[in-house]
Amino acid sequence: MAVIAGRPTRGALLPPWLVAFSGTRGGSLAIFVARRVLWMIPVLFFVICITFVLMHLAPGSPWDKNGGRQLSQSVVNNLNIKYGLNKPLGVQFLYYLWNVAHFDFGLSYQYEGQTVYGLIASGLPYTATLGILAFLVIVPVGIGLGVLAALRQNSRVDYATMGFATVAASFPNFVVGALMVVLFSVLMYKWTGGSFYLPSADFGLDQHLIMPVITLALLPIAYTARLTRASTLEVIRQDFVRTAWAKGLSERLVVIKHILKNSLIPVVTTLGPTFAFLVTGSVITETIFNIPGIGRAFVTSIESYDYPMILGTTILFAFVIAVCNLVVDILYVFIDPRVRLT
Amino acid sequence: MALADTALERTDWDVAEQQIGLWQDAWQRFRRNRLAIVGAVIIVFLVLVAFLSPLLVGLHILQSPVKQNVEFIESGVGQNGFVLGSDELGRDTLARLMFGSQVSLAVGVLVQLIILPIGLAIGLAAGYWGGRVDNLLMRFTDIWWAFPDLLFVLVVVSVFQQRVGANVIADLLMIFGAIALVNWVALARLVRGQVLSIKEKEFIEAARSSGSAPLKLILKHLLPNSLGPIIVTLTFGIPQAIFLEAVLSFIGFGIQPPTPTWGQMVNSGYENIYANPSSVVFPALAIGFTLLAFSFLGDGLRDALDPRMKR
Repeated sequence: MAVIAGRPTRGALLPPWLVAFSGTRGGSLAIFVARRVLWMIPVLFFVICITFVLMHLAPGSPWDKNGGRQLSQSVVNNLNIKYGLNKPLGVQFLYYLWNVAHFDFGLSYQYEGQTVYGLIASGLPYTATLGILAFLVIVPVGIGLGVLAALRQNSRVDYATMGFATVAASFPNFVVGALMVVLFSVLMYKWTGGSFYLPSADFGLDQHLIMPVITLALLPIAYTARLTRASTLEVIRQDFVRTAWAKGLSERLVVIKHILKNSLIPVVTTLGPTFAFLVTGSVITETIFNIPGIGRAFVTSIESYDYPMILGTTILFAFVIAVCNLVVDILYVFIDPRVRLT
Repeated sequence: MALADTALERTDWDVAEQQIGLWQDAWQRFRRNRLAIVGAVIIVFLVLVAFLSPLLVGLHILQSPVKQNVEFIESGVGQNGFVLGSDELGRDTLARLMFGSQVSLAVGVLVQLIILPIGLAIGLAAGYWGGRVDNLLMRFTDIWWAFPDLLFVLVVVSVFQQRVGANVIADLLMIFGAIALVNWVALARLVRGQVLSIKEKEFIEAARSSGSAPLKLILKHLLPNSLGPIIVTLTFGIPQAIFLEAVLSFIGFGIQPPTPTWGQMVNSGYENIYANPSSVVFPALAIGFTLLAFSFLGDGLRDALDPRMKR
């Protein structure tokens, strides 16, 4: 087990108890986790910084009305004071950081009197349901297809699975969503009555989730299946698998205990990016299927230049992605004892 | 003795004659990959379509993609003389589809041209100088990597679209730039990794000990030897860029109408999906198959140029 303790320059700066602590497996793990958690701070700071600067580069002000009656100058001034827009940019940024640290993302510009926090909270159940359902579909289906294809390599099952995965990996999810709507809701109108699982104005029925979940899950399923197949094929050729067969173990035991346990290690690392994909994918899926989640709120807030809302959602998304990657990295250390902590 | 010498000479000579270069070798391997050839054929076809469609309009074989026939809106396939139907303004879907390939291909290729210098510069610098430079640059790429790419592109485009206004060229460049801004990281990481693995090889040491300047070392030795993986990464970057542009157009932030793009066509067709499903299906399939063709090509190139990366 390689540990980080051996670095003299770093150890010299640390108190001796910490050096001794970092020499143990648990200690090095704790330090690894702490470092990864701390690393999230500059990442999130950078995300906030860039988005903040970009938003203030945008021309026009949030009080501009497209057509319609313009607000009078004194009202605009008062609004600027209320939202702190009259202060210098640097001060605004510091204020914003301070508020974000307290989960206060400010007031939405487009919906009068609503906080960004409240808007995000009202969209969260939809986005979370969609994402979690998709994830629950992706893991068993993706891994199952991949293992099946690998165990029956060069068979019809293998070709069919990989053919499906290749096509699914290339078709963007808005294309898949649109094509599914055409197929099930328009061309099969006669059988489905046109409203087949299609959330239009009244999203809320359980079956409205079927098409969005498939749309969201298809691409990650394809990636997971391809990766699982590749890593399973690699493990199948290992000596210990041959030994397991030679010992006369049952197929079930060999596949589950020897093959799967090893071949799933690289698959776990991609679950982080998969979650990240689900987060950004929700933007498109919710727009196609008109689901009132955070993704669609993000698109509408961009359309109406609702800066606090854009900032708030971006930070939230970046945060979720960072946490997912962190969890996967830590999980990886526990799953694979060969991993070096650096 | 003399006999042995000639025999040796002859075998050497034989081997030399049979030797083929890296590129020839790669081409032979590529040619054997049927899917890659299919992908390449589709792409050549798309390029031809992109270049020939203005010509066809000039010859009055094809309608102009912006010509509106208000009396024939939402025609189905083959109706009213429209081979693939018409959209909500009575514009010819086939013509718009063909012109849409121009935008998609331009986005795919030009974005790579923007990514190439950025990725090369950062990757080469980090890999070659190592140490503090490497640390700084790689932390920077790590942070950039953490940014959700679609959100970033959306924010950038929404901010600058107003500034650019109706200027089509500036609009295009802004969108290319925004997409490139999120996609250079993969290349930079790859180049760094390549440089790190090649840097310690003997021939680099030989070049250095015979007095090559750093710049010459980078340009003449490190760069050519990592060219294969770079080409593969750029090829896979093309569908990535096409996809992002299509998503932008679909949401309504891409290249502005009346310039036809596939994403926009899916979007506008989607609004009238019950009246005329074909106006969604064709652009959607065009996007899907174009991305598929590029990923076949990428797979083929990877297997051909970099046998070590083969699964």
